[in-house]
Amino acid sequence: MTQQTHGAQSRGASDAGGVPDAYGHFGEFGGQYVPETLMPALAELEAAYAQYRDAPDFLEELGDLLRDYVGRPSPLTLAARLSEEVGARVYLKREDLNHTGAHKINAVLAQTLLARRMGKRRIIAETGAGQHGVATATACALFGLDCIVYMGAEDIRRQALNVFKMKILGAEVRSVESGSRTLKDATNEAIRDWVTNVRDTYYIIGSVVGPHPYPMMVRDFQAIIGREAKQQLWEKEARLPSIAVACVGGGSNAIGLFHEFVDDPVRLIGVEAAGEGLDARHAATLGAGRPGVLHGTRSYLLQDAGGQVTEAHSISAGLDYPGVGPEHAWLKITERAEYRSITDQEALAAFQHLSRLEGIIPALESSHAIAQVLKLKSEVTSDDLILVNLSGRGDKDMMSVADALGVTL
Amino acid sequence: MTRPADSHPPASRRTDRIAEMFERTRAEGRPAVVVFVPGGWPEVDATADIVQAALEGGADAVEIGWPFSEPMGDGVVNQKAYEQAIANGCTGETVLDAVRELRSRGVRAPLLVMGYFNPLLSYGISRFVLDAAQAGVDGLITVDLPPHEAGELEGPAREAGIHMIYLLAPTSTDERIRLVGERGSGFVYCVGVVGITGARSVLSDELPEYLGRVRSLTDLPLAVGFGISTREHVRTVGEIADAAVVGSAFVQLVGDTPAEERSARIRAYLEEITGRDPGTPVADPAV
Repeated sequence: MTQQTHGAQSRGASDAGGVPDAYGHFGEFGGQYVPETLMPALAELEAAYAQYRDAPDFLEELGDLLRDYVGRPSPLTLAARLSEEVGARVYLKREDLNHTGAHKINAVLAQTLLARRMGKRRIIAETGAGQHGVATATACALFGLDCIVYMGAEDIRRQALNVFKMKILGAEVRSVESGSRTLKDATNEAIRDWVTNVRDTYYIIGSVVGPHPYPMMVRDFQAIIGREAKQQLWEKEARLPSIAVACVGGGSNAIGLFHEFVDDPVRLIGVEAAGEGLDARHAATLGAGRPGVLHGTRSYLLQDAGGQVTEAHSISAGLDYPGVGPEHAWLKITERAEYRSITDQEALAAFQHLSRLEGIIPALESSHAIAQVLKLKSEVTSDDLILVNLSGRGDKDMMSVADALGVTL
Repeated sequence: MTRPADSHPPASRRTDRIAEMFERTRAEGRPAVVVFVPGGWPEVDATADIVQAALEGGADAVEIGWPFSEPMGDGVVNQKAYEQAIANGCTGETVLDAVRELRSRGVRAPLLVMGYFNPLLSYGISRFVLDAAQAGVDGLITVDLPPHEAGELEGPAREAGIHMIYLLAPTSTDERIRLVGERGSGFVYCVGVVGITGARSVLSDELPEYLGRVRSLTDLPLAVGFGISTREHVRTVGEIADAAVVGSAFVQLVGDTPAEERSARIRAYLEEITGRDPGTPVADPAV
């Protein structure tokens, strides 16, 4: 890998397919739906990002960290037995092998470097399952920054291990008791903290959601996934994938994989969590939600007839969010990407299947992408080349999987 | 000094109740006192009586909150009230019903709807603006809709004679202040603190400098809100602004008071913070 493939390259912001525009709009989606107090902070962040995104010293520092601390480039693994079963060659992009166990660290480290250059020494973040919280706590430990992570009281109860990890890493975990006491409420509370402490605080958002410039910036920082995979696949197969598949909660790992291929003849499939089924509790925002505004951005969301946001459900805490990144909403309505959904049961089955077939225990989030690949069997031929983002590893999920399978550990 | 009316009068020929209010309070040499109460709360049908009691006590205008499940600009008092209101079944229709009821009782004070954009978007922008105008709503304050995102609402609202009231914060740059001054009408809602809603014991030291900056960049009347709870706060704000908004402190009072004592307590609280002699006539002669 050359130095150049690390970090955000000059291609990105407004030149990739013309989105987003200068105000962060992806067609009718995106934008900045925030209290006026935050407008100067967003302008400051936009200016800082514009200043550093192509700055050689920023890219060099980020590139070194991604290589020597995270372990990039992450490998591309041919899943031989899975390929045989599906009837087309399937490659796994191994974000599960990153330090902290998922793709989240890519954008967290980049944002931490940006925060330091902006002179902000207090970092806040929201977390659902705790993966983004752990990644943020890790980066703050690395740079000696104050770290406060907001987490719903209900999620704290369900994810005790990650809460403990964050504390060991030196972060303060603040329990959020409002609303449904899950990720959306933790996000509200992080925004309230930011509104109150905006002058010295950097808010590290964990996905391609929130007000502009976050969806664009987090996308650019995650685009390294697709960029590496394209090059690695070229080295192995000398061609583009025919299909790229990734799970979608907020959508950062999917955008990270898709971005490099948006202008290529590659079929893009995003996989949402159908939970207990689309007619029951689920987290399929694009599949069963409708457009609206949540957490500073206009996109699809799960809401009732009166526009109140409803609770999402998925066995995978990382997909359990009632919103989705605005660029996904745009890729959906322009029909550039397809969005499908996988139930809890199908994801659980894929979790076990990949473990036994390839010796890789995937995160429950990524298990949704694997389950979708298994379902593609009837649509593909042996000429197809499927690229799947294995966005995280399953260690964190062993307790919930044991629970779901009725096993007592 | 600011002009008596806003610089962008609504297109319709409806009476501009907000401009009339500021004409009157200026003539009386005092700030307008505006209170905030979540719609559909504490009981789903409580709003009209609460608003009427506040006006009888001396409030000049009332903001009725349209409950939202994700109130990211609000502190814990308003969050809990919104949660309760939603559990009560409060919707946009409930909020407009309260406004209709108040107009049918002859209330002539400005009534504003304050909330977040998603419920309004879900109601449908054109439908809401028409329904709100017919109900007698004078202005909209949408916390998460800054002017550069508000185009699709601003046109229809102005057409219907409804003011778009934007917020500013102590962090606002001159550029943002100018934008709000150009795009807004009725008044400018100056958030008094860097933070979310909630009563505070002292007002920000930054207030005079901040209000002075806003005053120099727009002719619209200025209201100060967030953190105001006492007579002293209202008096202080009155020296530098045209209106004081009492939100969370009022919500707390209503929430802490049993329903049967509510109207009397609300009147007494408004008399206290406005410094109005209970013997003098209230601003809204209809109540």
